[in-house]
Amino acid sequence: MRLADHLIILPIVLPLVTGALLLLFDERRHVLKAMVNVVSTLALAGVALLLVRMADAAGGDGVAAARTYLLGNWPAPFGIVLVLDRLAALMVALTSVLALAALVFSLARWDRAGPHFHTLFQLLLMGLNGAFLTGDLFNLFVFFEVLLAASYGLVLHASSPLRVRAGLHYIVVNLAGASLFLIGVSLIYGVTGTLNMADLAAKIPALTGPSKLLLQAGAAVLGIAFLIKAGMWPLSFWLPPAYTAAAAPVAAVFVILTKVGFYVLLRLSLLLFGTGAGESAGFGDPWLLAGGMVTLAFGAIGVVASQAMGRIAGYSVLVSSGTLLAAAGLADASVTASALYYLVSSTLTTAAFFLLIELVERGQDPAADMLAVTMEAYGDEMDEEQADEEVGVAIPATLAVLSACFAACGLLLAGLPPLSGFVAKFALLSAMIGSASGNGSISGLGWALLALLLLSGLSALIAMTRAGIRTFWAPVEQTVPRVLVIEIVPVGFLLFLCLVLTVEGGAAMRFMDETARGLHAPGSYIRDVLSAPPVPAPAAPEAAR
Amino acid sequence: MIELILAIGIGVFVGSGVWLLLRPRTYQVIIGLSLISYGVNLFIFSMGRLRINAAPITGPGATNPADYTDPVPQALVLTAIVIGFATTALFLVVLLASRGLTGSDHVDGKETR
Repeated sequence: MRLADHLIILPIVLPLVTGALLLLFDERRHVLKAMVNVVSTLALAGVALLLVRMADAAGGDGVAAARTYLLGNWPAPFGIVLVLDRLAALMVALTSVLALAALVFSLARWDRAGPHFHTLFQLLLMGLNGAFLTGDLFNLFVFFEVLLAASYGLVLHASSPLRVRAGLHYIVVNLAGASLFLIGVSLIYGVTGTLNMADLAAKIPALTGPSKLLLQAGAAVLGIAFLIKAGMWPLSFWLPPAYTAAAAPVAAVFVILTKVGFYVLLRLSLLLFGTGAGESAGFGDPWLLAGGMVTLAFGAIGVVASQAMGRIAGYSVLVSSGTLLAAAGLADASVTASALYYLVSSTLTTAAFFLLIELVERGQDPAADMLAVTMEAYGDEMDEEQADEEVGVAIPATLAVLSACFAACGLLLAGLPPLSGFVAKFALLSAMIGSASGNGSISGLGWALLALLLLSGLSALIAMTRAGIRTFWAPVEQTVPRVLVIEIVPVGFLLFLCLVLTVEGGAAMRFMDETARGLHAPGSYIRDVLSAPPVPAPAAPEAAR
Repeated sequence: MIELILAIGIGVFVGSGVWLLLRPRTYQVIIGLSLISYGVNLFIFSMGRLRINAAPITGPGATNPADYTDPVPQALVLTAIVIGFATTALFLVVLLASRGLTGSDHVDGKETR
């Protein structure tokens, strides 16, 4: 086994070790903790980019489409495996980039607003990466719980009554979701006798009669657990309050949490209920399509109805989820490819928007109130640190920079040219029309989805224009928020990535196309995972002793 | 017979749990979540089929797999118990924090009315 093969487990081990290490330092040494965290997250981003290259090189003639890492060196259906394919690599890379931006942003003040921010942050990354890389349903549950437990801590970070209340609801909903997850997993195990995703995909086509029904019931219960996470209406009412109440860098990282739900749904629906699944083929797709469309409509209405910018961002998360779920429900390779492009673009945009909101609202009353409460709750030492911080480098022309970033966010959310939001939406629409013209005409549902997509863009445009005018143009006595360089750079970084995604649109779409093709033809994934050879034992273990 | 008892047990646990989960007091919610997790744990266990006097671990002389019960659900249920225990403890802390900050044990932090 070459050294490069061990890269697959690094995105899980690195945050775990860092998180544990950070526990050893006292809270007062926050500079050291911050440095360790930044270095680890940077290393993670580096590893993630290497993994993307590794995954992208795979799939050629004679090269495995999915790289498998056998934990404990047992062959696939018996041991737990990690599987790296293009989708997993893409999600890990997106997570690490997002984490980097949120972490740098938090260094200005948020990381000291409560204890153990850095440890929880790293454990969240561990859970996320594990959920993306695992090839086993129960392991997925464990990583889900790791990331949820860390997110419970983070949603309460810098605790204020508002956060504790929103966090309470968030935790109850997700604990109930975890129970559904377990019921689904155990039903599936009871029917098939396996929890390995590739092995399940190989066994499902043979199921008929009552076993098939039980399996579908299990998959449906499991699906609901992920739909809660992805925020499908009517399982999404907890989401906007929790995301709005969370501290800005936390909310930015949480944007990827909804995408975890979508990731699992996409992977499982295509792997277990793809075209080769016999009688169960296409199970759940109509539900995903309908649920996605309702979520999209709900999110779009919510965006228009929101007064505060935080809520606009919260509902934008729902719009993005709805779009992705509906696209997954269409189960078409080119639509999936565009949906993945949209996923990257919308995740970066919404995260940047969450960070930006905190900066823009800093000068205004509600946010100031909230921060004041936060500091009160956390005690006096905060004030002293705050006083030191005023010396930090503030940026010139604050309002101009902020409004430019805001305009970029608006364009991206509404899906207007010239940024990647437009490319993503255009690709989605053209893929939907293209796939429909292949098999006759667009159905009524297809037209409704097209209309909803365009309307959601319009609603984002209206809401963003209104919020922008009210914030940047209308006030007579403008209070200029004090923004540090370290806070605006992450926002700029995320928006810059969207720009890169636009300029390099061709290369990005090629990658997404290959990802989608691999997902829609899971044969090679199943074969690669199940045939991954264990590492041979060292030649002479006796002699070494 | 034993299947019937187990099924009724799971049903009672989960049913009472769901009812408590929908109540407005945080204490009722946490008891509800605990009951649901007991029901779920029993359910996972039952997915390995109920066997009486069958060990989940094979020894050196094991030849016939039919003499043994399925060990995987037992391992799963252990993991689920540990994780459920940890998350319940965590929720208890949040519950106390909410009680301390808002002065109310209502899930919304304030009484309706």
